[in-house]
Amino acid sequence: MNKWRDNKAWFLVLPVFVIVAFSAIIPLMTVVNYSVQDIFGPGQRYFVGVEWFRDVLLDERLHDALFKQLAFSFMVLLTEIPLGIAIALMMPKKGWTASACLVILALPLLIPWNVIGTIWIIFTRPDIGLFGAIVNNAGIAFDHTASPVDAWITLMLMEIWHWTPLVALLAYAGLRAIPEAYYQAAKIDGASSWAVFRYIQLPKMRGVLTIALLLRFMDSFLIYAEPFVLTGGGPGNTTTFLSIYLVKIAVGQFDLGPAAAFSLIYFLIILLFCWLFYQALQAVGTGDKA
Amino acid sequence: MRLKKRHLGLIAYLIILFLPIYWMLNMSFRTNADIMRSFSLIPTHPTLINYMKIFTDPSWYSGYINSIIYVTINTVISLTTALPAAYAFSRYQFIGDKHIFFWLLTNRMAPPAVFLLPFFQLYSTFNLIDTHIAVALSHCLFNVPLAVWILEGFMSGVPKEIDETAFIDGYSFPRFFIRVFIPLIRAGIGVTAFFCFMFSWVELLLARTLTTTAAKPIAATMTRTVSATGLDWGLLAAAGILTIVPGALVIWFVRNHLAKGFALGRV
Repeated sequence: MNKWRDNKAWFLVLPVFVIVAFSAIIPLMTVVNYSVQDIFGPGQRYFVGVEWFRDVLLDERLHDALFKQLAFSFMVLLTEIPLGIAIALMMPKKGWTASACLVILALPLLIPWNVIGTIWIIFTRPDIGLFGAIVNNAGIAFDHTASPVDAWITLMLMEIWHWTPLVALLAYAGLRAIPEAYYQAAKIDGASSWAVFRYIQLPKMRGVLTIALLLRFMDSFLIYAEPFVLTGGGPGNTTTFLSIYLVKIAVGQFDLGPAAAFSLIYFLIILLFCWLFYQALQAVGTGDKA
Repeated sequence: MRLKKRHLGLIAYLIILFLPIYWMLNMSFRTNADIMRSFSLIPTHPTLINYMKIFTDPSWYSGYINSIIYVTINTVISLTTALPAAYAFSRYQFIGDKHIFFWLLTNRMAPPAVFLLPFFQLYSTFNLIDTHIAVALSHCLFNVPLAVWILEGFMSGVPKEIDETAFIDGYSFPRFFIRVFIPLIRAGIGVTAFFCFMFSWVELLLARTLTTTAAKPIAATMTRTVSATGLDWGLLAAAGILTIVPGALVIWFVRNHLAKGFALGRV
């Protein structure tokens, strides 16, 4: 879409800019400040340059945590995005059934994150939890506190259960925004339902799917409360994701400098991936229109 | 036949989605001792004792009131500031537009723990600690960018010819925006309002750090169910069920805007 060129549009953006800059820039400066200093207490700080960054980047356990985090995020994205789109396509367009679907979809999203982990602890317990009881009665020994594979499966299931509705809700709203005329034109052309999906629905959902993909990536990459409550990073270190490791450094060892350097690197990794996703999706979009 | 298979898939998914919530509902009607003693699909001795405790103890129900207040303030701020900004991003080219647009989203990308100490210092200087407005403002950090991004997506779906026709017809910008444009993107506003509400509602870290008693959120109150004797599962489950209710009401109110979507040719 060719846009009007007018710098006065800045006035429309100004309120947002002020409110976000107010809460973003000062914290960021504080973190950068910490990341280059060694802090022993008030008034006892020493400039150390890039030492913390070097320490953090060479930390083997960090590489391990990063690898696990990436694996987790990509598996989550590969499941949630297609599943969310499929559900949005299956949902009724109107009537009370549509309302009921929307409300049920929203339920998991509305539970505070620390409570989600707690509920899943009991839900997966083999003695008094529904999921644990079903799986164990089916003859599969399942225990997320002892087996790393089971811990991963539980975390993945919880994450997919929790967040697929977000993708589905966004995709559904995107679908509803397609004018009826497009479908009528496709009907006249005798387009198959696959063709309708590929050439009308998918391109029209590009905007909402971009935001869904970016949101899911950054939130799953920052996931903390749920695995912390459910597995505590265990068994062993098998589910110690980046965020859990970061908190171990920041709170457990109270090393503000390395923790700040870690946070900045963490932030840059997410920034890099989001930027790549964003560029890729923008390119796909313009390719479709040509 | 095709249609039937479709519905079966959807129904199966919704049932699976509902199971953990059913389990929470189930536990909320049982005492802690009963939950720990035996597995049962349906509460054998249903009791309302957990709900009674929440509704009669001010330290419990005030948590809900506090959360609702700051979440509402946050949703209103996010929507009113994001609507004009999203319009600017979807319609105009201006200096730095692409950079600012992406920068907004980068504010969601830092580990939230990073913001705790700086925010506490920032809001202390303004004497805003333990007020609803402090939590609402701090949640703008992640909700405003989200609102701008979602709304921009929906606005870009509206053909620009609609704006042009309206301006030729003599609409002023504010009148066009409120009377013509906002009704066109109702679906987008519905989704955005729900997401702002949701992300602010479930956020715990910032809300807990910036409050002590007067504006303490419900999610923080719920961590109190962990006591020396272990976890009170029944009470936690009841509180969990009650945290779902306000958000479910919000989506119930915006559902028609979601499902109706976009009607071309309104102008």
